[in-house]
Amino acid sequence: MQVSMRVKRYDPELKENKSWWQGYKLGIHANATILDALIKIREEVDGSLALRCACRASICGSCGMRVNGRARLVCKTRLEEIIQKDGELNIEPLANHSVIRDLVVSVDSFFSKIKEITPYLTPKSEPVTGEFIASNESMENLLKSMNCIMCGVCVSDCTVLEVDKKFIGPAALAKAWRFVEDPRDDEKSQRISYLNDTEGGIWDCTRCMQCVEVCPKDVAPMDRIMEMRETAIRLGHKNSPGYRHSETFYRSVKKHGRLDETLLAISSAGWTNIPRLIDLIPIGFKALIRGKLPPIIPHKAEKKEAIKNIYVKVEKEDE
Amino acid sequence: MICQNGFNLEKGQNNNRMYQHDILIIGAGLAGLRAAVEGVRNGLNVAVISKVHPVRSHSNAAQGGINAPLVDRGDDWEDHAYDTIKGSDFLADQDAVEIMSREAGDAVIELERMGVIFSRGDDGKLGTRRFGGQKIARTFFVGAITGSAILHVLYEQALKYGLNIYEEWFVTKLIIVEGRCQGVVALDIKTGELHLIQAKAVIIAAGGAGRVFEPSTNALICTGDGIALAWNAGVPVMDMEMIQYHPTTLAGTGILMSEAARGEGAYLLNSKGERFMEKYAPDYMELASRDVVSRAEQTEIDEGRGIDGNVLLDLRHLGREHIESGLGYLQEVAVEFMGVDLAEQPIPIRPGMHYIMGGIKTDSDGATSINGLYAAGECANVSVHGANRLGANSLLDTVVFGRRAGAHAMKYVRDISETFIDEKYLTDERNRLQRMIENNGGERSAAVRNDMARSMTNGVGVFRDQNSMEKAIANMSDIMNRIPNVSIDRKGKIFNTDLVFALELEYMVNIAWSVVNAAITRQESRGAHFRTDITGRDDKNWLKHTLVFKDVNSENGVRVETTPVTITKWKPIERRY
Repeated sequence: MQVSMRVKRYDPELKENKSWWQGYKLGIHANATILDALIKIREEVDGSLALRCACRASICGSCGMRVNGRARLVCKTRLEEIIQKDGELNIEPLANHSVIRDLVVSVDSFFSKIKEITPYLTPKSEPVTGEFIASNESMENLLKSMNCIMCGVCVSDCTVLEVDKKFIGPAALAKAWRFVEDPRDDEKSQRISYLNDTEGGIWDCTRCMQCVEVCPKDVAPMDRIMEMRETAIRLGHKNSPGYRHSETFYRSVKKHGRLDETLLAISSAGWTNIPRLIDLIPIGFKALIRGKLPPIIPHKAEKKEAIKNIYVKVEKEDE
Repeated sequence: MICQNGFNLEKGQNNNRMYQHDILIIGAGLAGLRAAVEGVRNGLNVAVISKVHPVRSHSNAAQGGINAPLVDRGDDWEDHAYDTIKGSDFLADQDAVEIMSREAGDAVIELERMGVIFSRGDDGKLGTRRFGGQKIARTFFVGAITGSAILHVLYEQALKYGLNIYEEWFVTKLIIVEGRCQGVVALDIKTGELHLIQAKAVIIAAGGAGRVFEPSTNALICTGDGIALAWNAGVPVMDMEMIQYHPTTLAGTGILMSEAARGEGAYLLNSKGERFMEKYAPDYMELASRDVVSRAEQTEIDEGRGIDGNVLLDLRHLGREHIESGLGYLQEVAVEFMGVDLAEQPIPIRPGMHYIMGGIKTDSDGATSINGLYAAGECANVSVHGANRLGANSLLDTVVFGRRAGAHAMKYVRDISETFIDEKYLTDERNRLQRMIENNGGERSAAVRNDMARSMTNGVGVFRDQNSMEKAIANMSDIMNRIPNVSIDRKGKIFNTDLVFALELEYMVNIAWSVVNAAITRQESRGAHFRTDITGRDDKNWLKHTLVFKDVNSENGVRVETTPVTITKWKPIERRY
């Protein structure tokens, strides 16, 4: 079939030092992947096109790119499917990564986040002979994270990383989860303390679900982050803005049937956290001017008893 | 622009610790990282250099598992050794196989303790599945992602010990001074700068050469760089004619479907729906050695019982739950690349080039014929795989001989004092690369590579004969004549993959030339080297390894010799499955 596609190019050695869209038209077999098309361009049309790829089988993690604005592994994305769905084909480098050239991005920041989470097993004592004994279920559970191939696709489309460079991010946090949950690891509580306390830790995820959506290996990083939040609370970590935020959210809706946004802002910051509270003042003024300040005394929902019943029911199920 | 400024010499680099190491390892897959961990956790200054980030290495693609005869499970190293030797069609060196089988158990337990998440049995101990050519189940595994799971854990260990890693650097030359390997010249792909890296010992662990063939299960990065580097430096390559065709690669793309499918009980069917392996290997059926199964499939296809050049791999009777829990990655590949749900439909497969048993000749410590130069993993030939490798022995080979090469290199470097390499090596390489970039011959490297790879598959495929091999030699001569015409579209420095591909092509041509010259030398059929014109094995004349040397004085640039196979306790007998 005949395909038209556009590729975002960038060459730091050009004087203008800017990026541009380049269009290509090529004939290719109907079953082709986007990677097949890019390789065909590189081999037959324009040898200067730079991209990374290796295994062609979605296991090496080299070929993460954005296709029509969404990050994917291009080796397992069929051309025809995308063109049928979107009507066009625009290939860009991963977002939230700095671009080296064309579709090649720097992975330095990605791996510096991996290094941040103590990315290796820390067992206290090893058996004298043989392997660690552990149930198959406890180990197979870890495969959720071991399936991660570090392709950077989740990091590309993470909406928190877009605004907060300190966020450890979905891939590294999913890897951290694997050690927190590993029955052989002896530093579970130190790991959780770090992930709970550090800036950019488990409480910075906004649960936008993007990482779950785009992950080509079903790692579901956000679910791993949520599990670690629960573990943190279970281990008694109740001093974080994240915990206070969720706790206040819970109580407010239970009490009033609606969210008390003023209380939420103050309580998440912490009643004694004067500097952070002072920070909130100008935000409050701006909201006031634009008529968006939530009422000081919260509205109550009309059917708040019904909402309370939902709480009762859900909590019963949890038990 | 390279052509204007040339590569810059790093100022005062001889004082720069970053470019001096006790041990430098080329390649960051399983063999390379295992060797590196050995050195770095013992306090040596070790560095790994790899043209891709370590976790992109092709060890990732090993799916099914790693063999180990664990004594506490009632297994015996001698049984594994014998299965390996029989699988090799008696071409493996039995002393080397013995080392591998004896050290296998400790190697696997060590990986587990480093953090590999092996599948377990009900007793909480590591569980096994059965693999081809072996009487019992002794293959330890992580779903169908064993290689990836081990590679990521070895990378974790590298981070733990603070290993120096040159990521996305490409080695263009080994430096041999006074009979000793003393470092390399390498291109930093990201900047386009060329550097000297000095080392007291160099271990080549740069993997296989699958891209010399088309199609192949191998990643696009498997271009035989390490084998060619050693060969060009004067080290012989051994048994290069032994090319493994894996029985189950996807129709079309040639992507691997793990032997684990058959290990878990999948059938091979021809167009009549028959389990044809009954005819070829009545005892082992689908789990005969890979060379045997691939020939059986090719015979079915050639005799008209295939389906569009393929046969079928049928997992349906295993049930959806078993497929998705134990072979999840296979299901992912089948669905994503073929639109086939393995629980509902059989999937078309065919034999595909997968592995090269041949490689850099080493002893059982990884040492080559050049002092200070070692090799381990697929690029090396110890030889433990002989004429045909058993499934799940390649991962074992990488960790056992990776560790041994690292350990031996550590001892070797103790007595070596630091030397400084003359910068002329760098200048010479810079000039050579400059000429390549300026060349306007008009041939694209990809076109030459594709012609080479197709011609190699035709000439030295599952079946071969005098005629096909002579044709391959003639074709390769033409291909080599085209190399000087290869030109490079991109003239800039940063991430110039076009230049890297041209350099890889030169390596691949070296490999291809040694393969065809070794193949035409062996006047018998053994393991993966099956000649339709000489179908029998000839132990009287050919129970020996082929060695191909680079020889600029000979007419065809090579010299082929042979060397005896080491036989210890297992006398060669007829091989049946």
